[in-house]
Order: sequence, then C-alpha cells, then structure tokens
Amino acid sequence: MTVDAVIVGSGPGGATAADVLSAAGWTVAIVEKGRNHLLDPDDLTRPGADYSNDEVKFHTRHFLGPDPLVEPRTFRTSEEDGDRTFVGEVNSVPSTVGGGGTHADGKVPRFRPDDFRLRSVLGPQPDADVEDWPIDYEELEPYYAEVERMVGVAGLDGANPFAAPRSTPFPMAPGAPMFGALRSVEAAERLGYHPYPAPTAANSVPYDGRPACNNCGFCSFFGCPIHAKGDPVAMLRRTMATGRAELLSESFVSRIRIEGRRATGVDVTGPDGRERFVAARHVIVAAGAIETPRLLLLSGLDHPLIGRYYMAHFQTITAGGMPFRTWAERGRAVTHVHDDMIVGDERSREAAAAAGLPWIRGGLVEHSGAAMPIMEAKHYPWGAAHPGLMADSPIRKRLWAMIMQGEDLPYFHNRVDLDPTVKDARGFPVARVTYRPGRHELVASEHFGPRLAAILQEMGAEWTAVTTSPGRGNAESPESVPESRHNVGTTRMGTDPATSVVDPTGRVHSLDNVVVADSSVFVTSAGYGPTLTLVALAARAAHVLAGTAPQP
Amino acid sequence: MWLTDEELRVLTAACERVVPAGDAGPGAVGAGVPAYIDTLLGAFTFDPPRIWAGGPTSGRRGGDPAFATFHRLGPLDELAWRMRIEGSRGLPEREFNGPVRGLQEQYRDGLAALGEGFCDLDPDAQDAALRALPAFTALLYGHACEGLYGAPEYGGNRDGSGWAAIGFAGDVQPRGWTDAEVSTP
Repeated sequence: MTVDAVIVGSGPGGATAADVLSAAGWTVAIVEKGRNHLLDPDDLTRPGADYSNDEVKFHTRHFLGPDPLVEPRTFRTSEEDGDRTFVGEVNSVPSTVGGGGTHADGKVPRFRPDDFRLRSVLGPQPDADVEDWPIDYEELEPYYAEVERMVGVAGLDGANPFAAPRSTPFPMAPGAPMFGALRSVEAAERLGYHPYPAPTAANSVPYDGRPACNNCGFCSFFGCPIHAKGDPVAMLRRTMATGRAELLSESFVSRIRIEGRRATGVDVTGPDGRERFVAARHVIVAAGAIETPRLLLLSGLDHPLIGRYYMAHFQTITAGGMPFRTWAERGRAVTHVHDDMIVGDERSREAAAAAGLPWIRGGLVEHSGAAMPIMEAKHYPWGAAHPGLMADSPIRKRLWAMIMQGEDLPYFHNRVDLDPTVKDARGFPVARVTYRPGRHELVASEHFGPRLAAILQEMGAEWTAVTTSPGRGNAESPESVPESRHNVGTTRMGTDPATSVVDPTGRVHSLDNVVVADSSVFVTSAGYGPTLTLVALAARAAHVLAGTAPQP
Repeated sequence: MWLTDEELRVLTAACERVVPAGDAGPGAVGAGVPAYIDTLLGAFTFDPPRIWAGGPTSGRRGGDPAFATFHRLGPLDELAWRMRIEGSRGLPEREFNGPVRGLQEQYRDGLAALGEGFCDLDPDAQDAALRALPAFTALLYGHACEGLYGAPEYGGNRDGSGWAAIGFAGDVQPRGWTDAEVSTP
C-alpha cells in the first residue's frame, strides 16, 4: 500500500502537517523514532496517562528520550577542534511521540515582521550570512492564526506594544500570573521596559476537550499529566480520529529512497530491529533541525548547504537572589516576557557601534525562577553544608531570573553533518553539531546582561550573576555545548537553489515530492522560541500540498 | 538487594558524610539514599525494571497510586539502561561506540577503594577519603540528591522526609495549585 504522505517525526511540525493533510482526505503514515507516551496505546484518539510530576523520570532518566547512550550526538566548536570534543546529549529535544512539544513549557510567541527581512531592515553583518526570508509576515499571518487555534494559545491582545499585527484574538485569556513575575514585571516597568503575559500553549480554561492548567509547576522538560499543554496531542488525536492515519512509533527512518527527482518512500527500522519500506507519494521531513539534515545526508542528498547555518539561541541567564520567597514552583514556569531586547534602543545601538558592529539584537526575555529540588541540590557541594543550603534554598526558594533567548546569526561554519565514526545503536552515523557563538552574539550578551541584572536589582535582589549558555569556557569543556533546545536553520529556505536547500513552501529544490516541515527551514533564528513559527510553516506547507486554505 | 551487606555498610557510611543528618534534615541515610542506589543498581531484578515510575499520579494529592507501577521498557530503552547499569560487558550490541563502564562496576570499584575500614574512620578522615576519589564521590552525591528529593517510589526520600525538610510539596497532581496560590501565596 502507498500512503499519500509519510511524515518523519511526530513533533509539532509533523503533527501539524498530519492534521492538515488528513483533514484534507490524505492518508498519512507518521513515523516516530521514539516511544508513544503521549496517546493512550489502546485508543490513539485519547490522551495517555504516562506523564507525571516526577523529576527523576523526566530530568535525570531520559523518559522522553533520546537516551544519549544509544542515540548520542557529537559536538565541536569548530573544525580546528578535530573530529569532536564531546559525545552525548547535544541540545536534544524529546525523541518521543509529540516530540519537542511534550517537554516545552509552551511559550509560543509569533515572530515580528522585521524578523523575516532582517537584511533589508538592518543590513548585513560581518562573518554572517544574514538574508531576508522568501516569505514575509503577512504571508504567514493566516497560518499563525490557524495554528494558535489548533494548539490553543492563551495570551492578552494589546499587551505587547511591539507585537506583530493580528487578524484574530488569542483563543484564550492568559493563565494565573506567577508571584515572582508580578514583582519582576513591576521592576521592569519602572525601568521603562514593556513586559506582557507570555503567549502560552497551556489552557487557561477548558479548551478543545482538554482541561485548564492547574498550575502544578512541573512544566519545563515534563510532559503534562493532565494534557492542558498545547503539545501536539490535539493535532495527533484529530489525525488519528480521521481513520486515515497510521502512527508507527519506535520506528527510525534511515533513508528516503529517491529515483531521479522523486522520492518513492522511506526505509524504516522498527522496534524489533527489522527494516521495512513505507511507500508514499510524498515525504514530509519533520525530524527537527538536527535530525532532518542527518536524514537528508543519510539519504545521499548532496546540496552543499544541507546542515549549514545551524542556530540555537545564545542564552544570557541573569539570576538574582531575592530577600523573599519567589514561589517559582507554582504555575506555568514562565508567565511573563518582554521584547525590548529584540527591538533595541539608543543604548543598544551605541553598544553595537562601540563594538564596531552595524547592529545587535538580543532576544525574548523570560521572567522565571527555578523550581526543582534535585536540580538545585546538584548545584550545592556535598558535605555538612548541604542540608542547611537546601532548607535555606537560595536557588529554589529565592532566586528569580531573566533569561534572554539571544538571536543567533546564521554562520556558514555552524553546521550539522554526519560524524565520521560515532554511530547510534541501530548502526547509523549520528549527527555532529559544530557550533560557536559569533561576535554579534557575544557583544549582545555583554550589553544586555547587565541591563537584565538591573531589573533584578530593582526587584530587590541582594546579589546578581550573569552566565551564558553555552558557557564561554574553552572548547574542550562540555559547557561549550548549547542547551537552548531551540535548534533551527539547517535546510535554509529560499528562491535560489544555489543559496538555499528548500523553496519557499519547504520543498527540497532538487526533488518534486519531499518537503521539510520543521525549524530547519528558518533563514534567521529571531529572538523568539521557534515552535509557533515552525508550526505555522508546517501548516502552510501542508495546505500548499493539499490545495486547501487555512481556517482561522 | 543488589549490593552485598559489606558494600552496603560502606555505602551507608559514605552517604552519611555526603549529606549528614542534622537539625535541618534526615540526611542521606535517614532519607533512604542507600536503598535508592541499591534499587537502581538492581533495577533489572524487578519486573518491570525499576527505571521509570508510572503516571499520572502518586496518590499523595488524590488520584490513584500509579507511580508504584513502573513502566515497561521498550527494546531500545532496555539496551540503554542495561548499558548504563551493567556496562557493556564485551557484548558487541552494547559496544557500537566502544566499551561502556556500568554503574554496578563504578560502585563496586568505588566502595572497594574506600574499603571496609572506611566505616571505622573518624568523620574528617572519611571526608578526606571521599575527596581522594572525586569521580566516585561526584557520582554518589548526584544519586544522593536524587534519593533525597526524588519520588519515594524510587526507594529514597523515605515517607517524603527529604521533601519535608526543604519545604517542597513534591508531586501535586491532580490537585495542582489554585490561581490564588500562584499569584499571592
């Protein structure tokens, strides 16, 4: 049997493509290398019961995968490091049914119009290949509106003075503001910034057959036990309910089979280790910006830009110790953010000029704390001081933080390729990430870090500290591995096949029926989390294939 | 029990130094960290293996006591966790990237290096012995943190004593927190 589309990956991109295509009458096979902990195994139209408030299971024991022992990646900061400096977990998002949607705390901002035309608006940067996207915000807006409804986004219209124009209101009002955020919002406003309730894919009211979030606090890196989070559960349930979809979990796609300009299907290794061929009229690749280029390379595609321009968000993390309990363990992990460090101001323009750069951009700033005790405990030394530190709890009880998702510029030398020797347990070469921040990212971080610390001081902080992720130590240190989980930009989108891998609809230039439907296609990284934009792009790609229109 | 009685005696003495008992809390031994570690090392003596507690609730805040029913492992999960706990043991299917030293061997070697005499040393000498084995002590300490502040179903955090000592509510589903508790605690 030949399906209309085989979809590689069940995360936000793949699930969205599956939803749109199956609604249009297509038969789809969704192939996911990880396990199904999202849907009820006895009835895939119902949510499952595997997620829980369990820090051991989710933070230290790889419940959502990938387990770095059997599915490692490798890392180096540049070719000069040699083949690799690190083998293990490299900026992994979950490898499981639902993909990265399952562990995210659901911040789903839209990009702004400038994000799609950085070259035109701000101009080029030395060392980086900053280009405009081949589509603009206006083109994508109807798809943003559609996917906000599909995912279920809570937000406050008009709260962000820098927000992009919207054709539709947010589907839900924001959920309960966190105590610490109320205090940091006041402080930020006193300093002239413009914080607002974070657009969040967590239900504030019952929505689409799922309950309202009950603020349990186990959000970042956890699956939602009550399915209040807008992970791909809604799209996958709808897809399975059409009766036109098959979900193959624990199934790894090792190769897209290609004849001339057409793919005929994919080779799949199942949970029993046996290989089968899934024949398809179209192949949708939605494995994420590290695994997608890996699959294209494993399939023998040889475009020189496959894997190039990997971006991850160079994070600036500013922490402050408060003289009061911040209660970060209650609520949605992050309820407030601000855009001021993306938009920039006279001070940031002066900082760029002083560094000899034409411009700098920071990123979305998340107001948040630290909630989990095992994570906290591992930050303290062993010995007699431990019990007192844990009871006093400068990290979990009293820390508040400003985390900036700093925009990475696209550099040719930052890339994903196949490691020459390291393999996964199935025997296939693993992805190797080569990444280091450029001067733009370092200058932006050095400028905005102290300004974020000033907000925490205004909030009452007794001490502040600024760090970055990745850290700025030597290349051999594991701290040089990024941990943002925001992987984008490895199959760049464009109109010219010489300077891009996919066309403006996500179709691989050299093939007639292979489409990339994830964040790999991003031309620039913007300073926002990639999820909503990649989902909107996946919806658009699927609508183009099916000849249907978005439903706002 | 996976560890021998002698190994468990040394482990218990080391745990008491890594996180001592006191006014501020039960310490690693009081919270059951040795049982947490022994359960992990012997995870495959249980069926299903004691790797991932079940969901969605523990019963501590309502709902069913589902944490107590551990998840079954898929084939790749089992391979990964046998590699991590047992090591690669020269098996080709576990050595696709070379040999892997398992937790069982790391504990067996680390406890042997401390030696049975460790239990009879005075506390300062015990600390010095631990500092002389930094890799092993870091491994032990990481597990002590998990055994103190992880869910009791994994064998540690006895009766929630680890959470009680630090004012942490633990797993709160299905109750969660009210909007008022979030915004004005």
